[in-house]
Amino acid sequence: MVEPDIEPILARHPGAGRETLIPILQEIQTAHGYLSKDVIMRVGKHLNLPTSKIYGVATFYNQFRFTRPGKYHVQVCRGTACHVKGSLSVLEAVVKELKISPGQTTRDGLFSLEVVACMGACGLSPVVNINGEFYAKVTPRKCTRILQDCRHQEHANAGC
Amino acid sequence: MTTFLADGREIAAKPGETILLALRREGIHVPTLCHMDGLAPSGACRLCVVEVEGTGNLVTACSCPVSEGLKIRTRTPRVLEARRTIVELLLSNHPDDCLYCPRGGKCELQHLAMDLGVRQRLYRGAKSKRELDVSSPSILRDPSKCILCGRCVRMCEEYQTVSAVDFIARGSRAFVGTAFNAGLNLSSCINCGQCILVCPTGALSERSSLDAVVAALADPTKLVIAQHAPAVSVSLAEEVGLKPGTDVDGKMVAALRRVGFDRVFDTSFAADLTIMEEASELVHRVTTGGVLPMMTSCSPGWIKFVEQFYPEFIPNLSTCKSPQQMMGAIIKSFFAQRENIEPGNIVSVSIMPCTAKKFECARPEMQPNHVPDVDYVLTTRELGQLLRMFGVNLAALEAEAADTPFGERTTAGKIFGASGGVMEAAVRTAYYLITGQEMGDLKIQPLRGMKGIKELRTTIGTLDVGAAVASGLGNARQLLDQLRAGRKDLQFIEIMTCPGGCINGGGQPIGADLESVRARMQALYKIDRDEPRRVSHANPWITRLYDEFLGKPLGEKSHHLLHTHYHKREVPL
Ligand code: SF4
Ligand code: SF4
Ligand code: FES
Repeated sequence: MVEPDIEPILARHPGAGRETLIPILQEIQTAHGYLSKDVIMRVGKHLNLPTSKIYGVATFYNQFRFTRPGKYHVQVCRGTACHVKGSLSVLEAVVKELKISPGQTTRDGLFSLEVVACMGACGLSPVVNINGEFYAKVTPRKCTRILQDCRHQEHANAGC
Repeated sequence: MTTFLADGREIAAKPGETILLALRREGIHVPTLCHMDGLAPSGACRLCVVEVEGTGNLVTACSCPVSEGLKIRTRTPRVLEARRTIVELLLSNHPDDCLYCPRGGKCELQHLAMDLGVRQRLYRGAKSKRELDVSSPSILRDPSKCILCGRCVRMCEEYQTVSAVDFIARGSRAFVGTAFNAGLNLSSCINCGQCILVCPTGALSERSSLDAVVAALADPTKLVIAQHAPAVSVSLAEEVGLKPGTDVDGKMVAALRRVGFDRVFDTSFAADLTIMEEASELVHRVTTGGVLPMMTSCSPGWIKFVEQFYPEFIPNLSTCKSPQQMMGAIIKSFFAQRENIEPGNIVSVSIMPCTAKKFECARPEMQPNHVPDVDYVLTTRELGQLLRMFGVNLAALEAEAADTPFGERTTAGKIFGASGGVMEAAVRTAYYLITGQEMGDLKIQPLRGMKGIKELRTTIGTLDVGAAVASGLGNARQLLDQLRAGRKDLQFIEIMTCPGGCINGGGQPIGADLESVRARMQALYKIDRDEPRRVSHANPWITRLYDEFLGKPLGEKSHHLLHTHYHKREVPL
């Protein structure tokens, strides 16, 4: 069986053709947060499509991730309003603090980073979203501190 | 017939024909990049624009059908400007290292820039910089030189049905790569090199073994042996500027000696040997209820294709090694003994029309006791370069004969180079093995020509034989799917990975059109028509090889040296 288990999702699309590729990928992404290699190959088998094609389609859209999301999923908005208010330096601060690039997950599995175009919260710009929670009018320093807090919290929970 | 006006001249077109094809027939060359003959237009590059009179619209000639009364202009300043701008934009992020490029002098982008009069850099973008993919034993990919025309993607997907590569990501970040952007060696690529032939730039080329061969040639302690495949002598001419379809066999032998090879053997001899083994295997399978239909195993891209996509047919594959590997094996055994040379002091080089042969000779099964049957493979293109590098003028040389004992061939071995040739040669010998007589007419017309799938029904003695031949893996896939669906009337199937067979192999000269490939094929059949010895079992050196060394076909020694096995492969399909 492939990791994570996507059979229930595929079962909802029996005998499907290539037009269902994107809906299937979306359902998997929603349920599991990412598309693993095994999952991509399994979907290929189901739809009778080459793996390279599915990978190509999935990388065409920004919404798909290929690594397991971290415990804290950090989204930095790079939409126009946020850009004007300095979101680039916020992003750079996050990249520096977490030592990963957008689309990646830290080795300890704690953080993952995603760049999004606009979260519809322009009034709060620049804005960062961690696990669904909005942080408004962040600065590089503020953002770094938030991430450090998350990490401390985790270490405290782990009892070290 | 539809008539239209191009630059004020009336032109007749077939109904539904594209502007591009109609103009081409009239001798008007419209430049193209994404267009591929025989495939649906993609209209992606827009280089082929022409101007519609009256509206002034620019339309793509490759995808726009001719309509009655259409009036176009093919060379207005606006058209030329549009085409030039496209090329200038393609050049804006191009690495600009033409002097160091494997495609230098044969690059379509270079030619377009020259022909359209690009004389200065108008757009300056960040130079495209992506890592070389050196992971494959056969194919070298340099994605920074890729201009995203999509021709390799379509070749791999639509002709070969392999789909090892596709467009990844989007917009300015888009590139052509494999699933998960892994190295080509980890992908489903079967190393056919057809993508190299269609790539307009230096983004795709073969992994060259030229340096290693040049070093071996300079090493006095080594006996360096060349074998050349059947299709090389009828295509090398194009590398040195001679007419397509010129057979340069004897001159090539002379040239290989000038370059420094100590012995020159003809892979067609090993093709004769393959026929002895393979025809015997077929007869054995038919008479003992073995797995049928038997499928040929000379084309290493096809073998990897079966191992990946159709592992259930592995038992159908003939266990015969390919001619290249058989030749390698007998060079390092029979020949080494005969000449009293340590196999380790032999460097065995094969000249092949093929990139997958590089993969094949590196397969662990082809290195008994870690001694490779064949050490290096050079493509026809690499041989062309070797001759130029060493200053050997092929055209000026007198023809010479290949060396004994493996220089003697029949024309049956020679026609291996064309799709259908292995089958034709095998049927000739199987007929003899079964009936004890020679076939009346040796020419088997239904097996010849460029068609993707060819079939033959015939009787040999009391045996009814159904045979099919496919070239290009999309066609092979069709046959396999028919077998999967229960087709039962076939006993023997020949598959060649490349469309048309080795004459159109991935290691052949760049820039050949269908006519050149046809000329190569005709050259092979002309040899078959004109020479007296046309059946593999009549090769005197084959008889001697069996008498003095191998014993009999499918015997103990053959089994050891000339046969192999295959295994299922797990790759992202
Ligand atoms: S060598 Fe053949 S299989 Fe491999 S990428 Fe090129 S066309 Fe596809
Ligand atoms: S690698 Fe060559 S054939 Fe393939 S898209 Fe790039 S330029 Fe075109
Ligand atoms: S050749 Fe016509 S659009 Fe590319």
